[in-house]
Amino acid sequence: MSPELIIALLAAAVQAGTPILYATLGEIISEKSGVLNLGVEGVMAFASFAGFFVCLVTGSAWLGFLAGGLSGALLCGLHSLVCQVFLGNQVVSGLALAIFGVGLSTFFGTPFVGQSTEGFAKFALPGLAKLPVLGPILFQQDALVYLCYLMPVAVWLFLERTSLGLRLRAAGEMPAAAAAAGLNPRMLRALGTMAGGFLCGLGGAYISLAHMHLWATGLSGGRGWVAVALVVFAFWRPGRAALGAFLFGGFMAFQLRLQATGTNIPSSLLLMLPYALTILALVAPAVRARAAKGGAGAAPAALGVNIEPEG
Amino acid sequence: MNLTVRKREESLGWGVLVVYLGALALAFGVCALLLTLAGKPGLGGMLILFRGAFGQGYSLLDSLTKAVPIFLCALGVALSFRMQIWNIGAEGQFALGAVGGAWAALTFAGLPGIVLLPLVFLCAMTCGAAWGLIPAVLKLRLGVSEVITSLMLNYIGALLLEFLVFGIWRDPGSFGFPMTAEFSSGAQIARIAPGVLGKLHWGVLACPLAGVAYALFLSRTRLGFELMACGEGERVARYAQLPYGFLVLLVLGLGGALAGLAGSIESSATLGRLQPTMLMGYGYTAIVVAWLARLKPWPIAFTAYLLASFRVGVEVLQLELQVPAAFGSIMEGAILLFVIAGQFFLSYSVSLAHPVVAQAKGARP
Repeated sequence: MSPELIIALLAAAVQAGTPILYATLGEIISEKSGVLNLGVEGVMAFASFAGFFVCLVTGSAWLGFLAGGLSGALLCGLHSLVCQVFLGNQVVSGLALAIFGVGLSTFFGTPFVGQSTEGFAKFALPGLAKLPVLGPILFQQDALVYLCYLMPVAVWLFLERTSLGLRLRAAGEMPAAAAAAGLNPRMLRALGTMAGGFLCGLGGAYISLAHMHLWATGLSGGRGWVAVALVVFAFWRPGRAALGAFLFGGFMAFQLRLQATGTNIPSSLLLMLPYALTILALVAPAVRARAAKGGAGAAPAALGVNIEPEG
Repeated sequence: MNLTVRKREESLGWGVLVVYLGALALAFGVCALLLTLAGKPGLGGMLILFRGAFGQGYSLLDSLTKAVPIFLCALGVALSFRMQIWNIGAEGQFALGAVGGAWAALTFAGLPGIVLLPLVFLCAMTCGAAWGLIPAVLKLRLGVSEVITSLMLNYIGALLLEFLVFGIWRDPGSFGFPMTAEFSSGAQIARIAPGVLGKLHWGVLACPLAGVAYALFLSRTRLGFELMACGEGERVARYAQLPYGFLVLLVLGLGGALAGLAGSIESSATLGRLQPTMLMGYGYTAIVVAWLARLKPWPIAFTAYLLASFRVGVEVLQLELQVPAAFGSIMEGAILLFVIAGQFFLSYSVSLAHPVVAQAKGARP
């Protein structure tokens, strides 16, 4: 492989990792507030259509991107309603949301299959793009990738350095104590779920608006499940989420390149690899945690546990 | 005004029916609304769907035939949901079962049916169980959550099936279509009465057998009792010194075997060969069914039939109004969401009374 090819591959990796990173960060916020949201796949699928549709109608890629986020927040509002108000099981509600969202995306998207959009174009960041090697990999991308570079820091600052972030984490660690301190943990959880859903929606919209530039059925292609797995891989830390998402993106790009160059390996075997890697992303930290006798990277204490009414 | 929410002391009785019917009605309302949004007749579309699902004799039989794999998968799913093991891998176990069954059917094609069919089922159940045991072992050995692993194995199982029928198992006489050769007659399940009962086949007998076994296992055996006791979660189970690890292996293995059996019945009876189109998402519908039925065998049978008939109805809707098949997933998702929300009223009562008043009435122990 020539150096140019490797650089092109790594640039593709950054692009492939971007939607996954948005979604992983979203799921981190949700889980930090104590809500397991397995609906990410459905949210991304629907948001990828909503973003595409709004961009098509208004002609504005940014409005499309925003619509993706809002549709994600809206769908996750359903999850909040079911789990916070009606105390439904979070696992089953999340699965229902995944089924529902993927269905919605295909249902409304079918008439648009094959249509394309300008969406977001790539541009070189002045100065930085001139850097050797790193420039063409990191700084000749679209605006949403640049935004994505800032997101892990932003999410970390929000969760660790703001009082709202602290309250959110309290709702995820000890909702009873949070309630005793005068907070409303259910409201906080709903907020966390919807804010997380917004980010997942942004990730979904990225796929149709900036990555593929077209509409096809099943664009999200399991990325939502990858995001849920990467949260565990990342030990619920935004920085490690970036590492995981871009590693995964690299793998996806490599796999696509292999398919495009036409190897002897059947495509069904190549397509298995991302899913196998997702399992590996869960197994690897588990092996490490076992060696380290636990400690680092524990889930929020009340993750997936609903807040029962008093009395 | 002050809403008071309390845990229900006694069961809701007939109110359960009201809650379920209400949830279904709301879900149908949402579906009609979505049809309208997509520029189709909303109410009219739903009527077409119901007519397609329940209107004719053959649609009832078609639903019954489709309910077979859904019921078997749902039983397996329910078994693990009983102890809060979230096995969502029925779809993959179904695929692996079909693959295992097809292997036996193609390898021992010459054997008579009385030997070959049991062999097909055995291989199918073994493969399905093995696929189900992967998340079990990862969970027990490494503490990896079974949710994502079982789900990822769905994708991998489907691709494995594809790999085989596109590659080494492809029928040379299929003009390039991805499918195996037709199974020999010994590996096929016959229809009960083709003229009278449509596509209904003898594989339907697996349902009462599995259903009765499921009910007896949970209510009459020590292991079944221990399994129910694990419903409170792992910590409680380990504290009570129940064989938690063994039970996890058991429920995921048995669930995989049931889904695997369903897979081989589907390929041996409905299609007569292995081909990727057999993966219709029955494994996901099974999750919806298991939860709607609150994991109980009779309700599972009823709900499996109900959701199978909705699938038949969606097919009719697809033909008549060119609605994408994805409408079926929307419906299942919406029904599940509304029912989960509605189940709140089964375990809690909501009253307008002020909490102090409620206490004074002695409502609290």
